[in-house]
Amino acid sequence: MLTAILIALPLIGGLWVVTNGGQQSKKLALGFSLSALILSLVMFFQFQNNAESQFVINVPWVPGLGISFHLAVDGISLLMILLTTVLTPLIIYSSFGHKYNKPHSFYGLILLMEMALIGVFTAMDGFLFYIFWELALIPIYFICLLWGGENRARITFKFFLYTIVGSLFMLVALIYLYTQTPGTHTFDLQALYQAGQALDINAQRAVFWGLFLAFAIKMPVFPLHTWQPDTYVVAPTQGTMLLSAIMLKMGIYGVIRWLLPTVPDGAAAYANIVIILSIIGVVYASLIAWVQKDLKRLIAYSSIAHIGVISAGLFSFSEQGLQGAVYQMLSHGVNVFMLFFIVDMIEQRTKTRILDNLGGVRAVAPKFATFFLLVVMASVALPLTNAFVGEFLLLNGIYQYNPYYSFIATTTIILSSVYMLNAYQKSMLGQINETTEKFEEPQAHEKHILWICAALIIFMGIYPKALLDVAAPAIQQIMSMIK
Amino acid sequence: MKSLLLLSGLGLSAMLAELFNLKKFLFPLVCLGLLATIGVSIYDYNTDIHLFNNMLRLDNSALMFTGSMAFITLLWLIGAQDYIEKETSISDKYALILFTLVGAFVMVSYNNLTMLFIGLEILSMSLYVLAGSKKNDLLSNEAAIKYFLMGSFATGFLLFGIALIYGVTGSFHIDVIGEYCRANANNMPNMFLAAILLILVGMAFKASAAPFHFWAPDVYTGAPTLVTTYMVTVVKTAAVVSFMRLFYTSFGSVPYSWQVIVSIIAVLTMFIGNVTAVYQPKVKRLLAYSSVAHAGYLLVGLVALSNLSNGAIFYYTLAYSVASILAFHILFVLADSKNNDIDINAFNGLVKRNPLMAFGMTVAMFSLAGIPPIAGFFGKYYIFSAAIEAGRYKLVLLAVIASLISIYFYFKIVIAVYFKTTNEKTIKLSNSYKLLYAICIAILFAMAIAPQFFITIQQ
Repeated sequence: MLTAILIALPLIGGLWVVTNGGQQSKKLALGFSLSALILSLVMFFQFQNNAESQFVINVPWVPGLGISFHLAVDGISLLMILLTTVLTPLIIYSSFGHKYNKPHSFYGLILLMEMALIGVFTAMDGFLFYIFWELALIPIYFICLLWGGENRARITFKFFLYTIVGSLFMLVALIYLYTQTPGTHTFDLQALYQAGQALDINAQRAVFWGLFLAFAIKMPVFPLHTWQPDTYVVAPTQGTMLLSAIMLKMGIYGVIRWLLPTVPDGAAAYANIVIILSIIGVVYASLIAWVQKDLKRLIAYSSIAHIGVISAGLFSFSEQGLQGAVYQMLSHGVNVFMLFFIVDMIEQRTKTRILDNLGGVRAVAPKFATFFLLVVMASVALPLTNAFVGEFLLLNGIYQYNPYYSFIATTTIILSSVYMLNAYQKSMLGQINETTEKFEEPQAHEKHILWICAALIIFMGIYPKALLDVAAPAIQQIMSMIK
Repeated sequence: MKSLLLLSGLGLSAMLAELFNLKKFLFPLVCLGLLATIGVSIYDYNTDIHLFNNMLRLDNSALMFTGSMAFITLLWLIGAQDYIEKETSISDKYALILFTLVGAFVMVSYNNLTMLFIGLEILSMSLYVLAGSKKNDLLSNEAAIKYFLMGSFATGFLLFGIALIYGVTGSFHIDVIGEYCRANANNMPNMFLAAILLILVGMAFKASAAPFHFWAPDVYTGAPTLVTTYMVTVVKTAAVVSFMRLFYTSFGSVPYSWQVIVSIIAVLTMFIGNVTAVYQPKVKRLLAYSSVAHAGYLLVGLVALSNLSNGAIFYYTLAYSVASILAFHILFVLADSKNNDIDINAFNGLVKRNPLMAFGMTVAMFSLAGIPPIAGFFGKYYIFSAAIEAGRYKLVLLAVIASLISIYFYFKIVIAVYFKTTNEKTIKLSNSYKLLYAICIAILFAMAIAPQFFITIQQ
């Protein structure tokens, strides 16, 4: 029941805000997203720490085709729900310094997006999963199209097309799996698992590509990443945050839940290729990030690099790899949100994101610079920050698969230090110039957000057990299926 | 029987109304008549009546398609009312539309090939006149002549095919032909195969399937927008359903692979329709090509011949027709003050000029492009499932690629609606249009929420 309410709440909130939001939209949306957060915390504390699916809702939707409205939560889903419900209010709160046209549509769409994301993370029926997957695309498309920057029509369309190409292939793969289920067919996740695992290797390979394409485009894995930097740059700040902090995790979650256990042999057959592509992505994106002048674009590329490590870890078929992936999804969500928020603050204060025009902020706004330093440290995976835990587990997983790959993947830590510290140095240190001389310290809502993020980064870095334990039984169950 | 009498009677009374100067009662009368037709179709559900020596067979499929076509006509009338009443010769338009519907009714419920032919002719004759109903417009006249000439040829092919089939089987009844095919499955005379081919040509023409689609864009563009709307919805539904009825009942067991030919036609239709639509600057022509492409998807469902096919095609035609009605009526209102043939630029900034129209157009385009959670997606989904169940993976893969192409041009319109700016003033809608748009949008969402209902009533 709780799951259904958790989906219904942002849906009702979204529709309410779109239709009668008016000038109060911001606060209304914040209120709705906070109540979703409270609900998800209730769920977190009621959660029994085992591999069982909990808070199940299973109502037939299209009985003739074996489609049901089947939602359930296990450890992995729960963490993803928490990521969504924690970040959505923060994202909405982070927009309090902005004035958007037509705020009712803007905030309504964010809430609808939250609804679809929670749906993706809880759906246990192939068809339902697909519906939520696509539903998540529509609000973000309009957020980017209506409130984006220069050239937005072309860039957002490219993004849309990329994603929908992937998802249509996923649909075909899902329907194929569906026809392989026994009796009157069903889209139920467990039935799809059985049908997929029983396929011969050639069919598994085909299904693998159908599903993988959709997830790889969403993540994005090299060389399917070309939509990503442009879209991140052109989207309004809150759109970028939604895309990078939450939406991208749909792809990783999809691999864990829908790809690996469904066609384990097919995935094993191509794991090598995927890991190599991911590692190429890591090095390639890091090198590009190094030479970026625009801070927002730099972070966009750094995100590709971080995701490369995650996807390589996923396909290492080791428990550490999966745990690391789940944990790194959470930490990357928090870090990238904070990074984009800091970029947004810099842009609002100085009207520029170009690194060469900045400098010396630390002397004017030391608190701000300290927060920035913290998140830089977190994204270069310094021990005691959240990303360290995830990256350590991931690299461990890759090492078990192949030590040489792990060796190359580890360059992510070196390269990310290079480009992040370089960016930090150019923007925060050095000479004060006229763009930065009046740089203000964080104000009311900015201060709150920065403190919350800082607390999350450190808490997750010091005590990862709290979250790792929640996901552990579910991960072991998936491992038992893919071994 | 009742629906046939109702519709024909309505058509005749529409003509009589001219004599007695009762024009203003016509609109409510016709609406009531159409509602009654829908009511009769629902009332007769599950009865399976055979009429006129088994020449017509009102099974559930026939009844539901009759109901859905009458419903689409009703929607069409709500939007067309303003237009028709401004014209001088209003009664013959009502009459012609009703006679078209009679033809369509016969085409979806025939059990005998002569009835198929009669239905097709009733439908086509009225359409030829309707296509040319803008008497002073050159393009409209061209459309009428083109449609008439090409249509006659196609009917000739069809008739030839029917004659050959009669020569082989000695019967016009499609169930008897079906039995013959099952009995002689391994020993079909070549004449029979030639007959299937000829019929295929005739039917593909009526459904505007490639490579017999060349008339479609010109006729759809030249004819008055509202007539085009009617042609791409009700007429296309009738054509595809009669196609399906014949091939499903009669030729299902023919071992020679007419399915291969239909598959090729389907692929060609989808690709030619969608790829050509990409290059169209004029919205009406773009929608014309997109409607050609949709015939291709319907053929994919037809060629699957699985248990799902019938329901899938019913769902698809309904979703497609409602979305087309919505899109064309918005286009019609937008073009009303200007000329008939507007560019995509005319949609620029529609969201500021009239949010309801903008939203309606978005929903219609999303539905036609097949983006969830709108009805069009479920239509495509059912069609693809039917084909995958029949093991036609390559066909589905091609259909998916074709529908990816279509997203491009549907989104061009959506982008224009929201993104481009304009200095044009706001548009005021009359109540009947507001009602029409609201109904269409509601149906498209309702169909997506409860797809099962629409599928099962076809079983």
